[in-house]
Amino acid sequence: MKKVFTRPESLKDIPFHYCPGCTHGIVHRLVAEVIDEMDMYERALGVAPVGCSVFIYNYMDFDMYQAAHGRAPAVATGIKRVLPDRLVFTYQGDGDAAAIGTGELVHAAARGEKITVIFINNAVYAMTGGQMAPTTLLGQKTTTTPAGRDAGINGMPVKVCEMLAPLDGSAYLARVSVHNPKNIVAAKKAIRKAFDIQMRGDGFTLVEVLSSCPTNWGLSPLEALKWLEQNMIPYYPLGEYKTPAEVGK
Amino acid sequence: MAKVLMKGNEAIGEGAVRAGCRYFFGYPITPQSELPHYLAKRMPEVGGLYLQSESETAAANMVFGAAGAGARVMTSSSGPGISLMQEGISYIAGAELPCVIVNMIRGGPGLGNIAPAQSDYFQAVKGGGHGDYRVICLAPASVQEIIDLMQDAFDLADKYRNPVMLLADGVLGQMMEPVELGEEKFVQPPEKPWAATGRKKGGPKRLINSLYIVPEECEQHNLKLAKKYAVISREEQRWEEYHLDDARLVIVAFGTSARVCKAVVDRARDEGMAVGLLRPITVWPYPTGVIKRIREKVDRFLVVEMNMGQMIEDVRLAVEGARPVHFYGRAGGMMPVARDIFNEVKKLYNGGAEQ
Ligand SMILES: Cc1ncc(C[n+]2csc(CCOP(=O)(O)OP(=O)(O)O)c2C)c(N)n1
Ligand code: SF4
Ligand SMILES: [Mg+2]
Repeated sequence: MKKVFTRPESLKDIPFHYCPGCTHGIVHRLVAEVIDEMDMYERALGVAPVGCSVFIYNYMDFDMYQAAHGRAPAVATGIKRVLPDRLVFTYQGDGDAAAIGTGELVHAAARGEKITVIFINNAVYAMTGGQMAPTTLLGQKTTTTPAGRDAGINGMPVKVCEMLAPLDGSAYLARVSVHNPKNIVAAKKAIRKAFDIQMRGDGFTLVEVLSSCPTNWGLSPLEALKWLEQNMIPYYPLGEYKTPAEVGK
Repeated sequence: MAKVLMKGNEAIGEGAVRAGCRYFFGYPITPQSELPHYLAKRMPEVGGLYLQSESETAAANMVFGAAGAGARVMTSSSGPGISLMQEGISYIAGAELPCVIVNMIRGGPGLGNIAPAQSDYFQAVKGGGHGDYRVICLAPASVQEIIDLMQDAFDLADKYRNPVMLLADGVLGQMMEPVELGEEKFVQPPEKPWAATGRKKGGPKRLINSLYIVPEECEQHNLKLAKKYAVISREEQRWEEYHLDDARLVIVAFGTSARVCKAVVDRARDEGMAVGLLRPITVWPYPTGVIKRIREKVDRFLVVEMNMGQMIEDVRLAVEGARPVHFYGRAGGMMPVARDIFNEVKKLYNGGAEQ
């Protein structure tokens, strides 16, 4: 009998530590599947962030790095400049990439660094207990915005794809979601496209993944996916924000 | 071989290239600018990379990535930039990555100024970043020594999988001296099977990491590091002795201040005083052994620094109270003047104030 559902070779056969309903695991799987399909296991190098997904370095079966909070794009720059024919990606949360690591992210994009950032937007600092992230929505309650995010105090949420799009060094920017199977398929396509464009040498690539954190949102796994769809997607529209002309949509 | 005239900052660059370093990441700051200028031209000639980062924070983390990928890599800065690198240096030490970091120390604290100083001694040898780690610190005192120590710096970094810091100041960086470069030879950096360059199917997985979430495992990691540091402390102490044999008063000074003190020793000898100089070349590991060996034979020590008294703590630790340890320092980018040090020596030599 032909197996139709197997674990990707690039994903180690150990259980995830993520909470039930957390979408980090789905995104890990998509990254691993794409690396398998591209036959890049031996040439893939990933950089783990500081955040709930720090242990991605255990889940990915190939060689990995663990970076300081927010510094993954700088670490990836060092790796890629030494090993230009490798597939180098970072996996970062919104606090990691869009707050403490904004400088490293923006300048990796500005330099057209041939890396891919898998950017997990879950609208909170999940690992440290659900504090406000730069991506926390207006009115969204977190442990540090108990009355809801107030634009007068905290400003407006950061839209990372839109922020990076004007930089000439960015080659591919897409926002996807993993709240249902249809979107998961689209997310995987975007990751594949980003990796392909990286390997073509076109420049900086980033896939922003709207992701759920039922634990810190205080919702059940199912409610969390619904909340994502109803609240995050209107503010963070899905789609490709940048793609090389020759590659097309 | 003919000697060539070189500035200290350029010598760091040429020394690095000759030691097989092919990657430099850094952010502009005075007084080390001639070094990036030199490498921006020199690196492409040897197929290497000079990359200007957006900050010193980023530079240190680019070094982390390049070192993890197996490269001989360096960065360079001065006080304020080195402060920003401390996060990266701690991670580099934790992940046991080899690299070379240059600190052309300037006056501080804060923005201070761009004049030569030795006020980052504590930061360099006592930690600087968070966690229980050590950085091998080399303190050259001439342009020739810079060239020679750059090769050693990269070799020590690879041998111990540890960051190495070169401590100098604007005087050494700007100073022009004739140097013997020697034959340019091809340097094959050692094999680094631990480097994460892409996992062969069926081969071992490589992980460049400083996270040990289980305290028992983190303690084991710290014990392993401590063992390595103990070996370095035992094996790698380096110093220069100048008229130590019969010295009654021993000046202890490193780098630029040691150069000034050499002239002081000469003058004191001319006037019949048995004064010597101990110049630490490694400030971590500190050359404690030689101080322990000579401390009973001398009357007193005088530590001379371009700060308000930092290395003196290491001298006192080695002297263990056996003899008085005095201090003379200039700070904020001011240089100690030979005449003033000499007057201090004279006063102390003739039984000056006990401490
Ligand atoms: C320099 C530094 N500051 C703060 C922290 C604490 N910290 C750990 S994870 C984290 C937030 C991570 O949030 P995010 O990047 O959104 O990832 P998530 O957990 O949501 O996936 C913080 C602030 C740290 N490890 N290092
Ligand atoms: S806290 Fe949130 S992001 Fe972290 S594992 Fe749990 S659900 Fe996922
Ligand atoms: Mg987050």
